[in-house]
Amino acid sequence: MYVYIIKRLAVAIPTILILVVFSFVLMYWAPGGPFNSERPLPAQVMANIEAKYGLDQPVWKQMIDYVWGVVTRFDFGPSFQYTDRTVNDVIAQGFPVTLTYGFWSAIAAVLVGVTLGIAAALKHNSWLDYIAVGITIGAQALPNFVMAPILVLIFTLWLGWLPGGGWNGGQWQYVIMPVIALSTSYMASIARITRSSMLEVMNSNFIRTARAKGLPMRRVVLRHALKPTLLPVISYLGPAVVGMITGSVVVDIAFSTGGIGQFFVNSAFNRDYSVIMGITILVGMLTITFNLLVDILYAWIDPKIRY
Amino acid sequence: MKMTTMLKASTAALLITSGAAWAEAHAMTGPNGEALAETQEFVYRVLDEHSSVDPGIVEDVTGSELVRDLFEGLYNDSKTGDTLEPGVALSHTVSDDGLVYTFTLREDAKWSNGDPVTAGDFVYAWRRAASPELASPYSWYMELMALENVGAVLAGDAPLEDLGVTAIDDYTLEVTLTEPLPYFPQMLTHATTFPVPQSVIEAFGDQWTRPENIVSNGAYVLSEHIPQERSVRVKNDMYWDADNTIIESVTALVINDENQALTRFLADELDRTEVPAGQFPRLSEEYPEQTVSFPRLCNYYYSFNLRDDGPEAFKDVRVRQALAMAIDRDVITDNVLAGGQPAAYTFTPAATANFEVPDVEMASMTQQERNEKAIELLAEAGYGPDNPLSFEMVYNTSDAHRSIAVAMSQMWKQTLGVEATLANQEWQTFLEARDNGDFELARGAWCGDYNEASTFLDLLQTNSGYNDAKYSNSEVDQLLAEAKTASDPNPLYEQVEQIIAEDMPVIPIYHYAGNYMMDEALIPSWPVENVQQNWYSKDLYFVADE
Repeated sequence: MYVYIIKRLAVAIPTILILVVFSFVLMYWAPGGPFNSERPLPAQVMANIEAKYGLDQPVWKQMIDYVWGVVTRFDFGPSFQYTDRTVNDVIAQGFPVTLTYGFWSAIAAVLVGVTLGIAAALKHNSWLDYIAVGITIGAQALPNFVMAPILVLIFTLWLGWLPGGGWNGGQWQYVIMPVIALSTSYMASIARITRSSMLEVMNSNFIRTARAKGLPMRRVVLRHALKPTLLPVISYLGPAVVGMITGSVVVDIAFSTGGIGQFFVNSAFNRDYSVIMGITILVGMLTITFNLLVDILYAWIDPKIRY
Repeated sequence: MKMTTMLKASTAALLITSGAAWAEAHAMTGPNGEALAETQEFVYRVLDEHSSVDPGIVEDVTGSELVRDLFEGLYNDSKTGDTLEPGVALSHTVSDDGLVYTFTLREDAKWSNGDPVTAGDFVYAWRRAASPELASPYSWYMELMALENVGAVLAGDAPLEDLGVTAIDDYTLEVTLTEPLPYFPQMLTHATTFPVPQSVIEAFGDQWTRPENIVSNGAYVLSEHIPQERSVRVKNDMYWDADNTIIESVTALVINDENQALTRFLADELDRTEVPAGQFPRLSEEYPEQTVSFPRLCNYYYSFNLRDDGPEAFKDVRVRQALAMAIDRDVITDNVLAGGQPAAYTFTPAATANFEVPDVEMASMTQQERNEKAIELLAEAGYGPDNPLSFEMVYNTSDAHRSIAVAMSQMWKQTLGVEATLANQEWQTFLEARDNGDFELARGAWCGDYNEASTFLDLLQTNSGYNDAKYSNSEVDQLLAEAKTASDPNPLYEQVEQIIAEDMPVIPIYHYAGNYMMDEALIPSWPVENVQQNWYSKDLYFVADE
């Protein structure tokens, strides 16, 4: 097991490096640059700026300097757009925000999704099943950029219960709508995966044996059916959790949360090279970590899998 | 003392103090004697996070709004925007040749840490703004100001001390220019010219603008900044005119989406936001008391690519005129934009100070006449049903730009049978393509740096870096050069406009209007006549409900 984890971590390093090189090249290929604006700068001014940020160096040199800074000092460089901030500041600012609403979204999506899925499977072809399937299909079909304004319309304009946006240090009133908007479609997927997985498990031989032994239904479900049911949910959760905690640009923009998703998209538009790279690396590392976690969880739950 | 008496005494004391505070809060009236609202806290929406609050670096509108509140330069814009009001400078004198300006500074101006604001602070700030080391994207503004030796300083070929700005004593500042600029004092309301605190910058480096470090000399100090979410500035008690500053705190909320901002305005979370494109008619009907529209100092146009390798058709002036004439601007302003924007037949907006819009021929014709003339011109140029004209028009991705481009191409198709293909590009890609001349017809827009016609017309000078069309007419260059030193340049500007209306290197479409939703208690103090919208929170106030 430990050997396996170490092996996986060792593979992560070249993966991240490939990601860095690939992003770097793509970024420099894109037309424009961080200091291009409606009013082209005089050549002298541009030369001064490029010298200050090292953009006058060849691209390979910039890339090596960058990687060296990240590896030795964990320094992702200065933001080109916001001169008084470094990329580390930008991430330290935006990531806790997305982490907060992403964390609650993940909890909400799993709790509601799994419950709904199990309930629907156990009451297969009953009205409960139909309602659950209806809700999940509806939730999946409603994209969050449509849901967000509807939520604001209802809870802010009509009912006046919740503020229409902002973050305010993560007070609960400001977190509710982002969590609903972000978690709904994940919740729906989890419910659907759980339902079909549960149906399959309930028809398998070992469940039939358990029921034949005369075990109560509660015990059959919780003790025997739940673990295998959750396997496909867990493999779905790896990328889903990364998606949630690294934020959604739609949620960030719809609720002006100041989260990292908004920074990521804005930095791409502004060609804020260092911020693009910093957030790409962050998302890359999180993806690798969560996929590893999922694989470890798998081995723990499923006796057939051993590393 | 018995408990009850003590309670009574403290209650009485409480009543007295709160009564006093109440009286103090209500003792203030607006500048015209208006009764004021109890809370004076201004919350407004900004589209994007500001780039910086460092006066030497700031380049965006949002940042400049903050900087104008946090720092004060030599002069401020008046409410109407066409005159200047004393800032740190009380007055100035100009030498006979117009090259040397001597400013007398007020002695009661202080930094928020209590230090006096001196001429040396300006010298330091201007040298810093021009230094290659700071590498400010706005250092070109120092060049625009024609300061002595600015080119060499920017290039690092001359020491910073050579820049044409000197402190004669603590309260006398002398500025030397290389050419006389009639509008030089107006340029001093711009953020790049504001003073900065040397000791603080030296102590904190790049991080001096953070709320915990910053020291400023304006009516407000920065108290909080959460990037991409909000920034808060509160009244600066050290400001020389703090007694007459009414707004206590100003909060800028970053809301990227204009519809979301509108919702939050309607939920009373904001005092000001922009009207989303196309929604002005509906909103002004539903909320007549809270919608405002006023002219802005910006134009919207399309440039023909007149480079040698540009489209052959556009080299023919008749084609350019025909295309310009066949656009029914009233349809665009009344139906597409619908926010009180004036149709444009000249490059310079009518709202520009002292600028008389000349009677260009096209403006006086009816659309019917223009269409007939356009058909005639295009036929003369050799284009028609057997030889249809086709080209590509490019704009940066945005719904508003697309609607206008669709309307234009439809008008051309219907009136002239011209086939215009629409192409939208992401902003940075668009800028690069336009800059490299990699287009046929491209969208452009310009907002004046200062309130004078040359801020627009200079764009059509042969060697202007912003001349996207690469238009070149020696007569225009000559007239604009003369205007620089003329005592009354406006007749020269009008002549330039007449030549442009003939040559038509660009198609003016409309001039901007500011469309806002605003708390009705704020509207009386909002500087709607200031076409550059250089507003200062210190001049704003909320009036009391009647």
